[in-house]
Amino acid sequence: MIDRRLLINIDLVLAGLVVTVCLLGILNIYSATTPYKIVGTAYYIKQFYWMLLGMSISLAVSSIDYHILEDLSYWFYGLLLLLLIAVLLVGKKTMGATRWLDFGLFTIQPSELMKIVIVMTFARFFNNFQSVGGRTVKEALIPLGLLAVPAALIMKQPDLGTATLVILIALSMIIYVGLRWSAIVTFICITVPMAWIGWTFLLRPYQKNRVLDFLDPERSRLGSGYHIIQSKIAVGSGGLTGKGFIKGTQSQLRFLPEQHTDFAFSVFAEEWGFIGCLLLIILYLSLVLWGLNIARRCNDRFGGLLAVGVTAMLFWHIVINMGMVIGLFPVVGVPLPFFSYGGTSMITSMVGIGLLQSISMRRFMF
Amino acid sequence: MKERRFVRELLESKQRILMLSFVVGIIFLFLVIQLWHLQILNAANYHAMSENNRLRFVPVAASRGTIMDRTGKVLVSNRPSFSLAVVPQEVKDKEKLLTLLSDMLGLDRADMADRWEKAKGRARYYPIVLASNISRDHVEIIEENRLRLPGVEIEMKPVREYTGGQLAAHLLGYIGEVSEKDLDTSGFEDYNPGDYIGKNGIERALEKELHGIDGGRQLEVDARGRVLRTVSESYPTVGRSVLLTIDAAIQEQAESAFGDQAGAAVVMNVNNGEILAFVSNPGFDPALFSGRLPADVWQRYLDDKRHPLENKALSGQYPPGSTFKMITALAGLQNNIINDSTSINCNGSYSLGTSTFKCWNKKGHGVTNLHKSLRESCDVYYYQLGEKLGVDRIAAAARAFKLGSPLGVELLNERSGLIPTAEWKQKRFGKRWYHGETLPVAIGQGAVLMTPIQLASMTATIANEGTVYRPHLVKRIVDADGKTLRETKAEIIGTTPFSKESFRLVKEGMLAVVNERGGTGAMAKVYDVKVAGKSGSAQVVKMRDSKNSSQYQYRDHALFVAFAPFDNPEVAVAVIVEHGEHGGSAAAPIAGRILRAYFDGKKPPRKEAPATPKKNDTNTATDEKEISAVVKEPQATGEPTHD
Repeated sequence: MIDRRLLINIDLVLAGLVVTVCLLGILNIYSATTPYKIVGTAYYIKQFYWMLLGMSISLAVSSIDYHILEDLSYWFYGLLLLLLIAVLLVGKKTMGATRWLDFGLFTIQPSELMKIVIVMTFARFFNNFQSVGGRTVKEALIPLGLLAVPAALIMKQPDLGTATLVILIALSMIIYVGLRWSAIVTFICITVPMAWIGWTFLLRPYQKNRVLDFLDPERSRLGSGYHIIQSKIAVGSGGLTGKGFIKGTQSQLRFLPEQHTDFAFSVFAEEWGFIGCLLLIILYLSLVLWGLNIARRCNDRFGGLLAVGVTAMLFWHIVINMGMVIGLFPVVGVPLPFFSYGGTSMITSMVGIGLLQSISMRRFMF
Repeated sequence: MKERRFVRELLESKQRILMLSFVVGIIFLFLVIQLWHLQILNAANYHAMSENNRLRFVPVAASRGTIMDRTGKVLVSNRPSFSLAVVPQEVKDKEKLLTLLSDMLGLDRADMADRWEKAKGRARYYPIVLASNISRDHVEIIEENRLRLPGVEIEMKPVREYTGGQLAAHLLGYIGEVSEKDLDTSGFEDYNPGDYIGKNGIERALEKELHGIDGGRQLEVDARGRVLRTVSESYPTVGRSVLLTIDAAIQEQAESAFGDQAGAAVVMNVNNGEILAFVSNPGFDPALFSGRLPADVWQRYLDDKRHPLENKALSGQYPPGSTFKMITALAGLQNNIINDSTSINCNGSYSLGTSTFKCWNKKGHGVTNLHKSLRESCDVYYYQLGEKLGVDRIAAAARAFKLGSPLGVELLNERSGLIPTAEWKQKRFGKRWYHGETLPVAIGQGAVLMTPIQLASMTATIANEGTVYRPHLVKRIVDADGKTLRETKAEIIGTTPFSKESFRLVKEGMLAVVNERGGTGAMAKVYDVKVAGKSGSAQVVKMRDSKNSSQYQYRDHALFVAFAPFDNPEVAVAVIVEHGEHGGSAAAPIAGRILRAYFDGKKPPRKEAPATPKKNDTNTATDEKEISAVVKEPQATGEPTHD
């Protein structure tokens, strides 16, 4: 099934970076879940399985010629819109939000898949409608419409974190294809009042609280502001060299919320210090730059767009998660790719890596 | 050509990739700078903070304020409720413990296991409630076997206790776990899932006062997360207590007067708007709603044709029927259409155009003036008066009483009732008002709707000759030490334009209703106090099928409003008996019992609010004489025979 010549061209830099981060993540999950009372399989073992599954999926995706996706992208987009509507109608409700669709054997989270599909959809759209010198307002209206519908549906669930990510990924691609200055100014003039309306009428009180807590963590020491403070204490107390593996007091005494998922980086920062963080950041920076490099080397427009979109997806996850942990962003439920515990995030990210591989492997075939 | 453009674009996009790489680098640099800031520049600070971070916070719910009647009699308080909880980190063998507990106490093992499972994600030092509201016997058994049950705790939590059972259930309301909808409402941001909140009635309306401020305990934990000691405790602030204007004695009498009948009653102080009794019958048991309501009880409440869960006094809207005639009469007097000697001839019906409007008395009332029209509730008199007034002048008189909009009682969801006007019909139905439609309005039918509170307020305003007070239920808010924090003052929300003379005529007509021969309200009499009132019956369905008319839900509503004492009014009563048919026979006796309860309660001198003027004994004595004189009056010709 997999062409051998392609396999020779497998992007080892990309694969190496991903596997390194995954293994560091598993090590960190081992430490983060030590204070938990584990029933059944330990989290780090499960994460290892997720990694293996993710890598297989990645390999499978990379074996597909990504040009096929160009024809399929709009179909995927339509199907996902239907699934997102289905979530709102018959979705599973957990913790005040409806995000999951239950298919009996397995549950899926269509909003998560939307991150990839919006990349494909935009790649096809911008490939079909090219323009030189940047897009005008009129030329940007259709892509913005393509973005607004799924974003609104995800916001309705409500899942502010995923909605924000989908929007950021799409905007990154728009910026990549270029906007005229006139368009940029127009959109700023429209967005600012819209943001005001959104804040006043759309955001739910708990979402507003999160933003306000971020701006002033002391506002509620025990609410979500508590998480930010505890996370900053964990990161800061790590110092230059860290407290050592499984020796972080913040994590081992469970002061951190969701310390094996969204706040995994906080545990790592406490135990490995500034040096460890710098290493992880360099790994991630290399991953992102390598993704952009794959886009640069790609000789067809669709592939380039796809690579930029996937890289943007990884980039925003990394920046928002790390920014949240170290107190630069409000607390939104965004995992750190390959590092946080969780199957959903692992699979989405690995599908992205598969796409990057597919593009990278076929760069000589043009 | 196309090729060249393609190449140009490719180059352009490659330049952009470089630019993006640069931006990515800058943003990552920000992350590194912030890390530098935290881990290098402020490391010592944060390290110290993490060292001291051995403290955990466990919230402790505040105990809710009590609700009392005007005399300080407790209506709703708290009693301790015990629940069985476990601290997971101290349990070695979960399965064994569950079996032991279920054997020892006879509790459902599956239910306990289920609750344990659901609480799994929480910290292990945090107690999980396995069974709430366990009996004192259970508590004793657990205490005796403490040593065999490591990790098991008894938690004590205050729960609501309704001292009066079902007394004033609708008014008091009940509490329950805060709903998702509430959490999304502004003003409730401080609530967490699982917190208790007032669901309706006073519990809801005064939630902010009653709730109190939750406290918490700072616990020191060891390196394994075990609790070492309580470092500090911020005691919860007990909620404020609410003193209602309700008089429990009157409330009790009023509720029992209804018996099985569905209906509502509102008793009000005519000189300040204090509500002394607030009845919606049948009631329900609020204690049942504070816990898990058994499904069969819930179903029984839902199936009851008399709608026990509905707060009829607050949100029931009824056609006022003949009790509205005072307003039509006042409008007629004010507009000089009638005076005390204007008479008409009632022969049992009145024709306008092609329609015939019937008087309730088919034989007719003969020559009828204002006094007789009220006493005997002649409809034809008001048909003719209404025709001359027109709907808008009737509506203006009603609005002077602040009818047609909520009066502003403290409870949520007070209804507005409805006072129709020509403009209202145009807006609502897009049709003009026909003259014939005014006639039913003049006798309180047609589209006219009033709530029991509005009926009581209207009666109070007639009694005090023109002042509309905001009806209120809360007398005082007091803190835990009994210090008054806020006292509700009488608030005038309107005055009417009618003359003293007009009020005198109408009030004398109401006196005759209760006290003269031929009057419809003799059953509201109180032995030693002069009572004035007015009966009414309200059609439930317009075109009644003779087959159906005897069925419960098609019978007319019975109404009675009254105030007393006649010469120096203190109290106004409005009674509605749903499907009670005749105001004089179904509602008037209830009004009478309520008034008796009010005046009985005044006999032994009680500490009362100074706002209620006290009558001296000599005055009551003369009242008695006058009443006996009135009752003995041999002929009731329709002329005023007293004063």
